[in-house]
Amino acid sequence: MEERELVEYFRAQIREDPDVASAVAAIRSLLEFLKRDQSETILGLRENMTKAIQRLEETDSSVAVSSGGELFLRFISLTSLEHPDLSQCKNVMIERGELFLKKISLSRGKVGKLCHTFIKDGAKILTHSSSRVVLKVLENAAADNKRFTVYVTESQPDSAGKLMAQKLHNLNIPVTVVLDAAVGYIMEKVDLVIVGAEGVVESGGVINKIGTYQMAVCSKAHNKPFYVVAESFKFVRLYPLNQQDVPDRFKYKADILKTVKDLNQEHPMIDYTPPSLITLLFTDLGVLTPSAVSDELIKLYL
Amino acid sequence: MADSDGRQVDGVNHATGKIYRLKLFFNNEGKELTKEEKQRLRKEKKQHKKNKKDDKGPPEKEKEKEKASVPAPSKPATQSPAHKAAPAPVHASESAAAAEKPAKSKAELRAERRARQDSERTSKQGKKEGGQQSASSKPKATPNELQPVVKRLPEHVQVDDPAALKKLAKKLERQQVRQIHSCDLPIVPLRSDYGYKVSLFSHLHQYSRKSPPTLQISIPATVIHPSIVRLGLQYSQGIIAGSNARSVALLHTFKQVIQDYSTPPNEELSRDLVNKLSPYISFLSQCRPLSASMGNAIKYIKKEISNIPSQCKEEEAKGKLQACIDSYINEKIILASEAISKYAIEKISDGDVILVYGCSSLVNHILCKAFEKQRKFRVIVVDSRPRLEGREALRRLVKKGIRCTYVLISALSYILPEVSKVFLGAHALLANGYVMSRVGTSQIALVAKAYNVPVLVCCETYKFCERVQTDSFVSNELDDPDDLIVTRNGKSHLENWQTVKSLGLLNLVYDVTPPDFVDLVITDLGMIPCTSVPVVLRVKNVDQ
Repeated sequence: MEERELVEYFRAQIREDPDVASAVAAIRSLLEFLKRDQSETILGLRENMTKAIQRLEETDSSVAVSSGGELFLRFISLTSLEHPDLSQCKNVMIERGELFLKKISLSRGKVGKLCHTFIKDGAKILTHSSSRVVLKVLENAAADNKRFTVYVTESQPDSAGKLMAQKLHNLNIPVTVVLDAAVGYIMEKVDLVIVGAEGVVESGGVINKIGTYQMAVCSKAHNKPFYVVAESFKFVRLYPLNQQDVPDRFKYKADILKTVKDLNQEHPMIDYTPPSLITLLFTDLGVLTPSAVSDELIKLYL
Repeated sequence: MADSDGRQVDGVNHATGKIYRLKLFFNNEGKELTKEEKQRLRKEKKQHKKNKKDDKGPPEKEKEKEKASVPAPSKPATQSPAHKAAPAPVHASESAAAAEKPAKSKAELRAERRARQDSERTSKQGKKEGGQQSASSKPKATPNELQPVVKRLPEHVQVDDPAALKKLAKKLERQQVRQIHSCDLPIVPLRSDYGYKVSLFSHLHQYSRKSPPTLQISIPATVIHPSIVRLGLQYSQGIIAGSNARSVALLHTFKQVIQDYSTPPNEELSRDLVNKLSPYISFLSQCRPLSASMGNAIKYIKKEISNIPSQCKEEEAKGKLQACIDSYINEKIILASEAISKYAIEKISDGDVILVYGCSSLVNHILCKAFEKQRKFRVIVVDSRPRLEGREALRRLVKKGIRCTYVLISALSYILPEVSKVFLGAHALLANGYVMSRVGTSQIALVAKAYNVPVLVCCETYKFCERVQTDSFVSNELDDPDDLIVTRNGKSHLENWQTVKSLGLLNLVYDVTPPDFVDLVITDLGMIPCTSVPVVLRVKNVDQ
């Protein structure tokens, strides 16, 4: 399969189903790539996969694609250890790949089921930008006949918050859009903060749309719980020490990385929230404290 | 408490001690046990121990009752020949185990022991009212019941408790008496404390460098191998310092010991060698308390030795052990530092200002490697008295060509706004995520946290230890207080500190840093948060 075809397939996936997580779309494309792959040896197969993942990362520079790709690669390496014969290996890989894909497609539902019980009746929730997982959680809570109001930040520069507000409006949930600068102002009114994540790092911190760190610091100052909802395929083997330590390839959009020379003039799209500011993480592996994330990662990767 | 031979024999209130003494007496009578008999004895001992553990509750009461009745009939027991005669059984299990032993020894020794236990118990009861010594007696009972991962409080930590000191003395003696039957001199001397100890740390030993333990050893030191004596001296004089250096030196010395070892007839290498090593380890811990890394290395060696199959020939076994030790050093120390450098270099970016404290072999290695990889950074070395180890680190880094600044720890808050990262070494990583390192480390971490500077701790996994500690008082090391005396312009003001009754000099060696101050721990397994140390320990235990 040509790299061009791969990218096309990936983009098509996202177009057809805007609700799908980008990591799931990436893994689906990689699986398709695997099926159509013509290499003769396992080593060749792995090389092709690595190149394919790199290509996908260049298309969509989000952390989720990177983590999904790495997980898929790791899972393939494990399979290739058990079955040294290529054709047999490939069949097993494809079968397991389908299973894996099915499992992670269900993960959003699992997170939603776990988290909505933490939303009490009459709660006021603050969220940031547009996250499909948070939407699922709020959907589940609304279906449970709970009454709550939501405040969404506008989340510039792409105004994704307005999109979120629209979706919530369609679910008949009372929603208010606030300015990014008004987070400190609104914090005393809200009961809890729920945000999504693009990536969950080894320390238990999260990488998310820019403005999340600010919200976390404010909620810590006001002693409000700060919850993060993320699926397990977003766990990534990074360990940033501070904002500067997050690699550039995640901070900016893929096309900007390719065209712009001086990144100091560009504004980063994500920021890093350290684990000390996060109360709990809701994942399909369960409800975790930030320190437990490392435990899960060790189990996944070691 | 002397038996008929006039030799001091201990009485300890549990199965092994009792049976040990009986065995000793048996040996003394000139009967040579063959290998098979010894194995059978061992099996019986194990069975005995198991049974004793099962009925630990009732027998305590049983013993009390029988104590009153037994001493009377057993005392007049005459010197009957080596034969099974049982006028006074204590436990059915005990008598079964001791079936082969001469009755005279059993009865008489039991009587003596019971009398002594009585006196010990009453004195212990009096002590227990005080309340603080319960820890010293508890550890003896608990290790058998709890899982092997729980480490009991080492006896040498209870310095201000005379009962514990007595126990330690007995333990040392027991180890020697096992080896040499005729010699009366103490082979592993008990070092005496020096000078006034600050009350908070009075439970720790404080030795003077001017009185090394080797002064009290008899010549020729047939029980302690000469290279162990040399190693102990090097430890106590501070010639070998730093946890990696100490562990490597220890392992090399053990290689020498194994090389020179020859199995005595009718003994198994796997058991005898472990017994031979125990007095060496006691001696070394008298010279300088063992570090966590040394403890783990010793545990590994003992496990390897006891895993040697009995049919293995001696030369083959020795070769295997030497290879094991070599591979341990290679994997856990040398290759680990390569892996850690690889991860750490990712965290060093161009333009960084890195702060290091003291002299950690691992951190120096990382910085040298990063410099070789053409990273542009400069280093600030923080140093503190009395060891002034930072000078050694400074020397090594400057030799490489790295730009360095040198400050004393009192200038820390002045220099920290310039710093972008702090790299610290560790002596041990405790199971609750606390970092045990050279005194001053927690201060650096605290101030760095206040300035929001990331703190990275670099530590190999063999230094992870299962102990839990939340403060620096409960288990630490006190160095020679005379080190704090400084001579300036020909005057040393603290020279006569011992004459001033209210003055105490405190020279602490280690302190513990809580995990909230540490942002990242770099180990050979990867980069983990400080709270994941128990996960690594669990993974390691599963591996073994």
